[in-house]
Amino acid sequence: MTYIAKPKLHHPTLPANALGLTRRDYEGKISTLCAGCGHDSISAALVQACWELDIEPHRVAKLSGIGCSSKTTDYFLGNSHGFNTVHGRMPSVLTGANLANRELLYLGVSGDGDSASIGLGQFAHAMRRGVNMTYIVENNGVYGLTKGQFSATADPGSKSKKGAVNTDTPIDLVSLALQLGASYVARSFSGDKEQLVPLIKGALSHRGAAFIDVISPCVAFNNHPGSTKSYEYVRAHNEAVNRLDFMPRRNPISAKYSPGEVIEVTQHDGSVLRLRKLAEGYDPGDRLAAMNHIMAHEARGEIITGLLYVNGAAEDLHAHLKTVAQPLNRLGEAELCPGSAALAALNAELA
Amino acid sequence: MQKKPVVKRIEAVNDFVIKFANVNGSGSASANEMFARSLLRMGVPVSPRNIFPSNIQGLPTWYEVRVNERGYLGRRGGVDLMVAMNPQTWDTDVKEIEPGGYLLYDSSKPLPPSKFRDDINLIGVPLTEMCATRYTDARERQLLKNIVYVGVLSALLGIEPEIIATLLGEQYKGKVKLIEANLDAFMMGLQHGRSMFEEGVEDILGLKVQRCDAVGKRIFVEGNAAVALGCVYGGATVCAWYPITPSSSAAEAFQKYCSRYRVDKASGQNKYAIVQAEDEIASIGVVVGAGWNGARAFTCTSGPGVSLMTEFIGLAYFAEIPATIVNVQRGGPSTGMPTRTQQADLLSCAYASHGDTKHVLLFPEDPHECFEFGAAALDLADRLQTVIFLMTDLDIGMNHRLCAPLAWDDARRYDRGKVMTHDDLDSGREFGRYLDVDGDGIPYRTLPGVHPERGAYFTRGTTRDAYARYSETGPDYVYNVERLLKKFETAKEMVPQPIARRAAKPTRHGVIYFGSTSPAMAEAFDALQAQGLHVDLLRVRAFPFSAAVDRFIGEHDTVFVVEQNRDAQLRTMLITEQEINPARLVPVLHFDGTPITARFITEAIKQRMPGANVEPIKKGRVA
Repeated sequence: MTYIAKPKLHHPTLPANALGLTRRDYEGKISTLCAGCGHDSISAALVQACWELDIEPHRVAKLSGIGCSSKTTDYFLGNSHGFNTVHGRMPSVLTGANLANRELLYLGVSGDGDSASIGLGQFAHAMRRGVNMTYIVENNGVYGLTKGQFSATADPGSKSKKGAVNTDTPIDLVSLALQLGASYVARSFSGDKEQLVPLIKGALSHRGAAFIDVISPCVAFNNHPGSTKSYEYVRAHNEAVNRLDFMPRRNPISAKYSPGEVIEVTQHDGSVLRLRKLAEGYDPGDRLAAMNHIMAHEARGEIITGLLYVNGAAEDLHAHLKTVAQPLNRLGEAELCPGSAALAALNAELA
Repeated sequence: MQKKPVVKRIEAVNDFVIKFANVNGSGSASANEMFARSLLRMGVPVSPRNIFPSNIQGLPTWYEVRVNERGYLGRRGGVDLMVAMNPQTWDTDVKEIEPGGYLLYDSSKPLPPSKFRDDINLIGVPLTEMCATRYTDARERQLLKNIVYVGVLSALLGIEPEIIATLLGEQYKGKVKLIEANLDAFMMGLQHGRSMFEEGVEDILGLKVQRCDAVGKRIFVEGNAAVALGCVYGGATVCAWYPITPSSSAAEAFQKYCSRYRVDKASGQNKYAIVQAEDEIASIGVVVGAGWNGARAFTCTSGPGVSLMTEFIGLAYFAEIPATIVNVQRGGPSTGMPTRTQQADLLSCAYASHGDTKHVLLFPEDPHECFEFGAAALDLADRLQTVIFLMTDLDIGMNHRLCAPLAWDDARRYDRGKVMTHDDLDSGREFGRYLDVDGDGIPYRTLPGVHPERGAYFTRGTTRDAYARYSETGPDYVYNVERLLKKFETAKEMVPQPIARRAAKPTRHGVIYFGSTSPAMAEAFDALQAQGLHVDLLRVRAFPFSAAVDRFIGEHDTVFVVEQNRDAQLRTMLITEQEINPARLVPVLHFDGTPITARFITEAIKQRMPGANVEPIKKGRVA
């Protein structure tokens, strides 16, 4: 039951971050997902990333849609406001929330059914608007809560527990996000926390639409041999293009990198994304090349992971709309109401 | 020429209906509007109505102007003078003229006598010929023809030419060539009209406009613009919308007024955010997100948009999030009549979404109330933490209407409702998101980011307990949905209250009406009274209905419920919500997509009024 709050045991040896908070302060209620679910690992990675970044939990707004993945927003950051919206429509609610108060961090958590099936339209439009958010899809290729139906990222030819065979072409959300103008696009695997945590930190520090597609095996319905969303398959076919070291601020490059091995991207907030290259010649600043690389490798059955594209100088929706620096939800009569004198003048114009 | 009509011609000063039949995209709209404005400048109240197609060019469009010194602004019914400029609709247009009325037409090409009627007066003007002689450019010939007939009308009706010249100067400010061309066309029409006047044995038009002082301080504005202004004044900072007739101009007006009033002078930055969303689902999603996060937000749409929004409307109702939806109603169901008017979304809005839901509806009668209720809706949404529908329609939204000047009290403060602050939480005040602390059914809420340790909660569309914890247990569910009912009860006396108008004599007959029916009802009220038929009026301005509505119905044996829909939706709501005996509520329904007329209401009530058609028995006669 999500009724049950996790007991807060204060272990004296738990390390504290700059705010004096331990990882426990970033946790939420006890997960109700299946044992071994990839989603719980992602929640743990989110806790880790927020703790490491010294984020005040109440400065985060967590939004989600409907489904197993969307339930997870209750299982981390218990001191943050959360919003389980309607199926496939989290992006619009997040957009509105973000417009109301630009000072908070917006975390959207969704699934492949929520974002690629019912919510593909909203996913697409939030990306193209450049909403300042971290948007995570916990991608398992299956509907868990309704017990094993296909989602729009399901493998062609895969068989559901009830025996139906999927014949539809899968949607690759990473390629879509790239095409639609997301300015931070990554893919990772729930089983690779070392890769995932820095990617989340980079996304949280990014100003603009940051998207992370996290392959997250469903142990109940889609972890069988042959599923490209199974633990076994992802471990065997995971081709990382780079490894991200997230630097909260610019530090001199330490000696362990050899020249040409590292790409650096500075973001608006001064944080630096230091990318250790793994794929020969892969440039995460080149959108077209990134799309080519992903498609070429996917044709071979490989899952490309890492920070696939980033534009550190991107602008977000608030910049596009030229909104004031002060959050809109804090403006009062003095700032918003033109007053009776202006209305009298207007009445005269309309007479 | 024409034989003398067989019917006595209509004679009227400052009281008639003129209708222009045009082809859309031909430039008639600005000429027709100028005609209407010229009468206002002479102090004569007018109420024009655009009847237009869902099309950009080539289909029939009409512009009907009610001219009335007494200030009746509804449609009267019938046409006294038809300006027939569209061959496609000639037959129906000619048929619509009142016996003894007038037909002004383009006489450049002769028409067979069968195309006319013998009980109307013909005013032929060779408009095409005049323009063809004067202008060489095809487009100019077409556009200026409209101004030429305004010139003719100016001469025949007695509109002061100086006013038209002034209006032309205002409309084409700075464009000297355009002003000159239009003025030239106008003068050509005026001279032609005057020459007809001089030729005629008698004045060929019995309708006249005379300067008077009946407009007063009233303003002339579209409901959609007034709604937008209401949202600006009411403090809306987020607007998300999707284009749909007849509501698009409301969002566009919000953009216009925001650029004027909401740009920070020092930084040049905007104190508003407008998103043209990908659909109505996203529009309401943005509004719900912004409302959840404490910004005042609204969307404007029409029936099909509301249909798409219903899942979110249920979420906002159940999770208790402020949201304002302006529904500029059009003819339904489905795509229905996109450019015609109806009041047919009452039920679909009042009970929108699955499960047990009830929503607050506001019914403005004119642009003045569109402004007032626009601002009020934002207050009510915050106060009640729910969806507020502002139910206008195409008739109010897209037509210029004469109304009282917009008013704003600078001492007025926004009602942000029950929002717990950082200090409230710090002081140790108990926070239960869905806890009914004050006994009015309205809980307290917190905004994201308010406090590091207290006040965070999880918002969801699933059931939860009073502390926002997930729960599917019966008592938790029942507590919440009964509290929502209590909140709805609280809303009854918070919403705009109904306005009554008493008949000159005590009567057991009442009329309930709302929204755009108002001006036609005012005229019908007088017309019925003149025939000795007395009815008390109650204009309902919101749902849920307050106790005043029950009292009014209780005071009358029969209450006519006048609506612009087929299914008597307001009546249904009165029956189910107030538990009124259906036999006492007599429906009067107008739903062909055109705005309801005073004549229609008068006749409908007369026919249904017990005893109204019975000849009184004369004394001394045995039945």
